[in-house]
Parts: sequence; C-alpha cells; structure tokens
Amino acid sequence: MLKGRPAAPGLALGPLAVLAAIEGGDRSAGSPQEEMAALEAAITNAIAEIDELAARTNGAGAEILEFQSAMLADDTLSEPALAAIAAGRPAQEAWTAALTDQIRDYQLADDETFRARGADLVDLRDRVLRRLLPAASAVAIPQGAVIVANDLTPSQFLEADWSQGGGIVLVEGSPSSHVAMLARSRGVPMVVDMGAVTVAGHAKALIDGNTGRVVLSPGTGENATFARAMTAASLAAQRESAALYRPVVTRDGIAVAVLVNISGPQDLASIEPASCDGVGLFRTELMFRNGEPLPDEEMQYQAYCECLEWAGERPVTIRTLDIGGDKPIRGLTTVGESNPFLGSRGIRLTLARPDIFCVQLRALARAATKGNLKIMLPMIAQPSELAETSRLLDSVTADLAREGKPCRRPPLGIMIEVPAAALTAERFAQAAFFSIGSNDLTQYVMAASRDTPAVASLNEGAPEAVLQLMAATVTGGRRLGIDVSLCGDIASDIRLLPPLLEIGLRSFSVAPAALGRVKTALEGLTCGGANGQG
Amino acid sequence: MSGKAEASVLLANPSGLHARPAVKLTKLAKTFKARVQILVTGQSDWVDAKSIVKVMALKTPGNSTLSIKAEGDDAEDAVAAMVALVERQFGERLNDA
Repeated sequence: MLKGRPAAPGLALGPLAVLAAIEGGDRSAGSPQEEMAALEAAITNAIAEIDELAARTNGAGAEILEFQSAMLADDTLSEPALAAIAAGRPAQEAWTAALTDQIRDYQLADDETFRARGADLVDLRDRVLRRLLPAASAVAIPQGAVIVANDLTPSQFLEADWSQGGGIVLVEGSPSSHVAMLARSRGVPMVVDMGAVTVAGHAKALIDGNTGRVVLSPGTGENATFARAMTAASLAAQRESAALYRPVVTRDGIAVAVLVNISGPQDLASIEPASCDGVGLFRTELMFRNGEPLPDEEMQYQAYCECLEWAGERPVTIRTLDIGGDKPIRGLTTVGESNPFLGSRGIRLTLARPDIFCVQLRALARAATKGNLKIMLPMIAQPSELAETSRLLDSVTADLAREGKPCRRPPLGIMIEVPAAALTAERFAQAAFFSIGSNDLTQYVMAASRDTPAVASLNEGAPEAVLQLMAATVTGGRRLGIDVSLCGDIASDIRLLPPLLEIGLRSFSVAPAALGRVKTALEGLTCGGANGQG
Repeated sequence: MSGKAEASVLLANPSGLHARPAVKLTKLAKTFKARVQILVTGQSDWVDAKSIVKVMALKTPGNSTLSIKAEGDDAEDAVAAMVALVERQFGERLNDA
C-alpha cells in the first residue's frame, strides 16, 4: 500500500498504464537543411494538433491551449533550435536544448504564475518531440486506466477520454498544478508526489484520491471494500440530490434553513435557487481589486440586482466591504500597518471612508427595491459602529428619495466575529439579525492564524471556547428576539453540525458545493440538547 | 501616413502581463503593419510586441509601467490601440478569481 498527496478526490480501480517520459530516441539525423525542415514540420503539426484539441475543449483548458498554440507559432521559440541545427546538431537535440533553457528561465521566476508557465513549455517541448520521434509517439491513454507517470501535462490530460473512469498517480507533481485543477474539475481521482513507484508485475491498481492511498494488485478484500465504497458514494450522491430540493427538517421535526455563501452573481450560475433558502453571505470584496478602478454605484447596483433576480423571494444578505491591509487596495486600505488583521479593516475602514462607503450603501438601497435584500456589517466590535452606519444608511436613503430614485431602507444586521460582539450580543438590540462568522471568530478566540501551519490546528473542529461564545450569541439573540445564523466553513463540515444544532443554531450559510451533503446530514440529525428548542 | 509614435501606460492588472493578457496584447499588435515594441521601465530593453514568447519572457509584474513605441504606416493607431487595451486592463472581468 502506497501513499502520496491527494490532489483530486474520488475512487478508481483499473488496469495500470505506465506513461514513459519521452526519451532521446533513435532518429537518424540528416543534413542541416533536412533537420530544419523536419523541425519546422514537427512544429506545424504540433500547432495543428493543439488547435484541433482546443476546438473541442472549453473554459480554462481552451485558454491554456490557445496560449500554447501562440507560443509555438512564434518564431522566437524555435530560433535557438534552428541556429543549433545550422551548427550541426540533430533536430531533437537542438529543440530539447533550446526549450529546456527557456523552461529553466521560467522556473526561476519570482512569481508563481510565471513559474507555472514552465509546465506549458514542457508540454510544448514534448509535443514537438513526439512528432520528431515517431518511435516515441504518445501511447494513447487507455480508458478507465490508472495512469502512473512522472508528471502529466495539461494537454495529455485534456487528450485523454475519462468517460470510462480512470485515475492518475504521479511520482512528482503538486495539488496546485494546472493538471490537478483539471482533474478536480473533471472528477478524476489523482494522487501526486508518490515518490519512486515500482509497478512491474502489477496489472491493476486502486486509487483513493481522498486519502492519497494507492493499492497495487488489490486483493479480493480490497476489491470488495472498493466496490462498497463506490456504491456508497453513488448512493450518497443520489440521496444528496434528492435532499437538495427539499426544505430541511431534522429527525425531530425542526426546520433548519440552509443558504449559500457567494462572492458575486457569477457564482449563482451553477446553483438552482430552489436548492437553497437564499444567499446568506455575498462577499462584496471581489468587486474591489487592487489597481482597478473602484466599482462605482452603477456597477455595484447591477451586481446586487442580478443576485436578487436569481433569488426571487429568497433573502440575499450582502456584506459590506470587508478588507484590510493584508489585501492592499491602492487608495483605500491603510499602508504599513504592523498587524493588518487587528487594524483598519471591515466596518472600521468603511466608516473612516464615507466617500466609498456611501457609494456602496446607495447601490444597496437602490437594489433593495428589487427583492429581499439585507445588509450585513463585518468586524463589528461595538454598538456605536452599527449606530453610525444606520445613520449613514438613513441619510443615503433620504438623498436618493430627494433625487427621485426608487429606493428602500433595507434591514441592517451584523456579523458576530469579533469576540467583543459575541460576548456582549445583547448590546446590539438595533441589529436586524446576527450572523456568526465562525472563521474569524475562531481565529480571534484561539489567537491562531489559519495561515500559519504551526498553529493552524488550533482552529480545527469546534473548539469549546468558540462553541461557548456562539452559544452566548444565540442566547443573547433569543433574548432580544433577533435571528441568529452562521456563515462560516464550520457549517460545511457535517461532523460539526451536531454541536451547532445543540447550541441552538437553526440557520446556516455554506459553500455551494456543500449544500447537498449539509442538507442530507441535517435531515439525519436531531436538535437535542438543553437548547434544543424549535 | 508613415510615422513614429510612443506612449507610456500603467499596467494595473494584479497578476501583471501573464498568459491571457499577453496573448491579447500580441494579437492586437499583429493587426498593425507598423513595427511595435514594448519596454518595461527599469527592467528590460525594447522587445517585439508581436512575439508572445518575448512578451511572456519579460515576466512583467502588476503595477509596472509599460512604454509602447511603433514605427511605420499605422504607428499612431497602433500605439493608441495598445494603450487603450492596457488601460481597459485587457477586458479582464472583475470576477476572475
């Protein structure tokens, strides 16, 4: 049993297929003119191959291929190779040497995106080599096979037929590579960074992309386990799609709302409105990006309206701008803060910049006539921040009315993520609702960053201290008659739903991908516990 | 009208002149008869703006200043069009994450 790094989830069982790297090949060289002609023909054929593949690919795959085609068509790429051929080297050596130089140049780049272009050049180098060395032309990847290779290029992935299943095991590679991204989006299980693997003498393999396990020549026991796991996975998928369109009721008859977290109207394209109870969190930060002009009132208004149109009568809760020094935006965020996470961010930043805040509030107040829009404020620590925003919102609505523009003063609620707010929830009686931001609440309470590997584990699970604070928030909200919901990754982990239900939460906003499994899981749970009231 | 033209423009895209904008830039440059070149301030010599390989090899980060120059019949149009493309941030949609 072998273990690598999981790169794309899923299970597969199939015949082993080893992909050998392109070798130096036994091609006899002709005269320099013949070699140049051979290289140019190989390049022309390679371009045609890429263009043909691009014609039947879409999305990210097509863009990668368009880029590769343009690179190959550029004389600059082959110039050094042609010069080497003129100096007497055989075509495949000249080409390999020239491309390897350029690959190395990219691999040394500071920027990760530019470094990743090295992989595209490897792809191009090998594609042309395959045309030059017919003996080493690519073995077609058999359908349903578990492929073992040193690494896999994006175009090798895109050329294969995955409709009969199959999996990928790589000796090297990384979960953040282009090809891992393609595997995830196609649902092909993939394990990387296996290290040296001897597959001689084995005909079949089982791959578990969730754990990174690979089993060569699985025995009857393994096969049976696999068959059960596959059946379970397909049953789960069926149950989830059935649960998806039902409103959730727990086993003890309690209704639970399940909403989605989005970053913009583009996220809604793949979600059916009927599959959720609305948008629990629309993060507006993505509309604000460094170096680009700040989104004006009209642009924001359009984005909010799109979401409301999608939602129909369902609520759409839009969180005002939540950024700080860690995501610099020129002209907006503060430069040089020693601790941006405890600095001028969220509501603090927007209250300090009413010029920008009022643009967003105006867009929200105008959009509020189009549907069930609610505004949510991030990083609230004290009631005065809510009061000040409320005054701003009132004045913006009055302005719009004077200007004769249709508008509505939407409900104004707050995120509970700063420990101060969680501990003193009852001071926020003016809030229309509370939404617990468990991600940041956990980081602040455990005093541990999710981005620091050495301490990140302190954020895992549902730490007792965080549960207590969330319970205090729920109690406070109940005393005030204010609804409390949760939007944070914790609700997407179905193992943590029982304690969340137990402290009294009845509304969760989760990532769209988690909708099915969260709804299915909730249907199987009881609310129970001392707080288990309806 | 044969001529020369030159201009500078800020490359504001956060990821710089990566693959997608580079393809757009070179495709646009190729639509003009003039010889078109670009230079990244402080970083390189003038390179052929019609060559994707050369443009990519610059590995230009965001917030760089690009200078664009052209020589030939439609030089002024070429520079104007290239500047406009960079200013529009290559039409990259705001919701590309």
